[in-house]
Amino acid sequence: MAEIRVENLRKSFGEFLAVRGSTFTVPDGDFFCLLGPSGCGKTTTLRMIAGLELPTSGRILLGGEDVTFKQASQRDIAFVFQLFALYPHMNVRANISYPLKSQGTPREEVRQRVEEAARILRITHLLDRSVSGLSSGDRQRVALGRAIVRKPLAFMLDEPLGALDAEFRELMCGELRALHDRLKATTVYVTHDQLEAMSMADTIALMNDGLLEQLGPPQEIYDRPASVFVADFVGSPPMNFIPFRGRLTPGDRSVRIGDAAVAVPEAREGTPEADLLLGARPEHVQLSAGSELRASVVDAEYLGTTQIVTVTTAQGATLKARISSEVPVSPGEHTGLTFRPEKLSVFEKRSGRVLRSALHQEAARG
Amino acid sequence: MAEVRLEGVSKRFGRTQAIAELDLRVQDGEFLVLLGPTGAGKTTTLRLVAGLEGPDAGRVWMGGRDITAAPPSTRDVAFVFQQYSLYPHLSVYDNLAFPLRSPARRVPEDQIRARVGEIARLLHLEGKLDSRATQLSGGQMQRVGIGRALVRRPAIYLMDEPLSSLDAKLRAEMRVELKRIQRELGATILYVTHDQTEAMTMASRIGVLDGGRLVQLGSPREIYQDPVNIHVATRLGSPSVNLVPRALFPAVRVPEETVTIGVRTEHVRIRKSANGAAVGRVRWVEHLGDRSHLHVTVADTDVITLADPHADLAVGDEVAIEMLSPLFFDARGERVRRS
Repeated sequence: MAEIRVENLRKSFGEFLAVRGSTFTVPDGDFFCLLGPSGCGKTTTLRMIAGLELPTSGRILLGGEDVTFKQASQRDIAFVFQLFALYPHMNVRANISYPLKSQGTPREEVRQRVEEAARILRITHLLDRSVSGLSSGDRQRVALGRAIVRKPLAFMLDEPLGALDAEFRELMCGELRALHDRLKATTVYVTHDQLEAMSMADTIALMNDGLLEQLGPPQEIYDRPASVFVADFVGSPPMNFIPFRGRLTPGDRSVRIGDAAVAVPEAREGTPEADLLLGARPEHVQLSAGSELRASVVDAEYLGTTQIVTVTTAQGATLKARISSEVPVSPGEHTGLTFRPEKLSVFEKRSGRVLRSALHQEAARG
Repeated sequence: MAEVRLEGVSKRFGRTQAIAELDLRVQDGEFLVLLGPTGAGKTTTLRLVAGLEGPDAGRVWMGGRDITAAPPSTRDVAFVFQQYSLYPHLSVYDNLAFPLRSPARRVPEDQIRARVGEIARLLHLEGKLDSRATQLSGGQMQRVGIGRALVRRPAIYLMDEPLSSLDAKLRAEMRVELKRIQRELGATILYVTHDQTEAMTMASRIGVLDGGRLVQLGSPREIYQDPVNIHVATRLGSPSVNLVPRALFPAVRVPEETVTIGVRTEHVRIRKSANGAAVGRVRWVEHLGDRSHLHVTVADTDVITLADPHADLAVGDEVAIEMLSPLFFDARGERVRRS
């Protein structure tokens, strides 16, 4: 197992800059998610780490060794693709054995390692079955088996659950994470699904337009998004943004929206008068009849323990609040809004950057 | 709008019993969602109401009239399919107007204009009326597909997973839209889906189908809080309800027949144990952002609990578990209630 280090990695395809200079470290044993919308450069980054693409510039180190220009086959990395390509004419055992056999591993060792991999994935009972009759989940397990049987330094997974339906994806997320906990192998996982990344990752690298927007543990990214892009991409429903015009001086503890003063974490950075956005996660929005920030209820969606209430403010902004499903709410109802002050973020509208505050201590990325 | 009633309806395809003795009443103005996995009989039920299939047994009533043998064209229904098939050479306006221009209906053009305008406003398509269908995004196309059903005022709208081809974000928007439109029109909708979120968030009532049978019918709250069996309990709730063998928690008092205890993630309370009172160990903390799921291993079973993301609990911690509002099930998976 090994640490992966990526330095100033760039990749252009003709005129198109797919990756514009990423630097990050995947610690040994980490479950690292490259997250972002399609076209953000996440898959290209993964393919460069695996050696399936050569970078335009920059370096890649695997376990301290510079592998930037080494071929994929010399990198000791196992790659699992979105569409698990199994050999249809071979049975499960032959599919899992294949990487070892092609390396010339002795037969007895192949048998032992295939059975070990099958045990870890709980597919021992399928070893002698044909792959053509398998369910999509079992096919994915076989594809994973083919990756883990090699005992590589690191695993690269490219949207391995993309083809599965929602319920099954949730189950496989649990399995993948449990597998990671058993193998403790350095894993780089590419997905566009924020929930997959949030639920499985130790570290998330959120990419946008070829750039690394933010890097950190899931809860950190959720609680302290560095930009509007991050706040909008992570979380379901995403963060609410309330546009307002105003200025901030370091030490300020509130902002004015319409007629209402809204308490926010103490500002650590000022701004001259500008278009700003107040960012509030749905669970930090509360309905409160007495508040000066007026709104009317559009809809309430029951979700069991909680409900998502959609409201529009007097200024015309649409917000979603996540509140207890015990609170009776009906469409058309007039109400007021309050927020959990210590959880709010203020963003610059033009750049999308978060303004530093007691919540966002560290300098935000530009 | 009118009430639609199925009475003892059965339908078999070869050796497969698609629907078995189904009794179902869709009330006037109701948004009724049939929820079930593939093969539960959802689509067959819709097709029976539309007249695209005939039942082997039982009767179908619409607004007090027996339509069991009536041909589809005489039934006052509008069908929205999973795959919206728009006319690519027509504008959005003409696509929406199409059902009203059918020779069977003969609606005057000024009425068509008014009706299409109203539906376009409801669906936020006013700016797109002159666009070709092919110039639209997937979400807009699906709204036109739904709009083409809505321009008519049938007794009932039948919808077969109309949102399943949309991406997650658009689906979330359309759920709110569709419910608003249903409310504004006072429409009667029979909607089928395998997506529990759609059922929970949109339905006036949910009918849970399993193997062609209606297992439970009730409001989303009733179905979620008071399921009649394990199948229903696991259909709603994400992550799914914890099902643990009765023996795992010997200290919990349960009705005698109990074999399985079901407890929802939000009803599992855990606290760090200090003096060896541990029953489990935190295996994994799954972040959702607003909340976290703690996966706690008890003996060999994983119990998932809902926790505050900032709770002071980490992987490896030993914890004690308390269950609030547990559900009890017997050996057949049927609910056992405390006497």
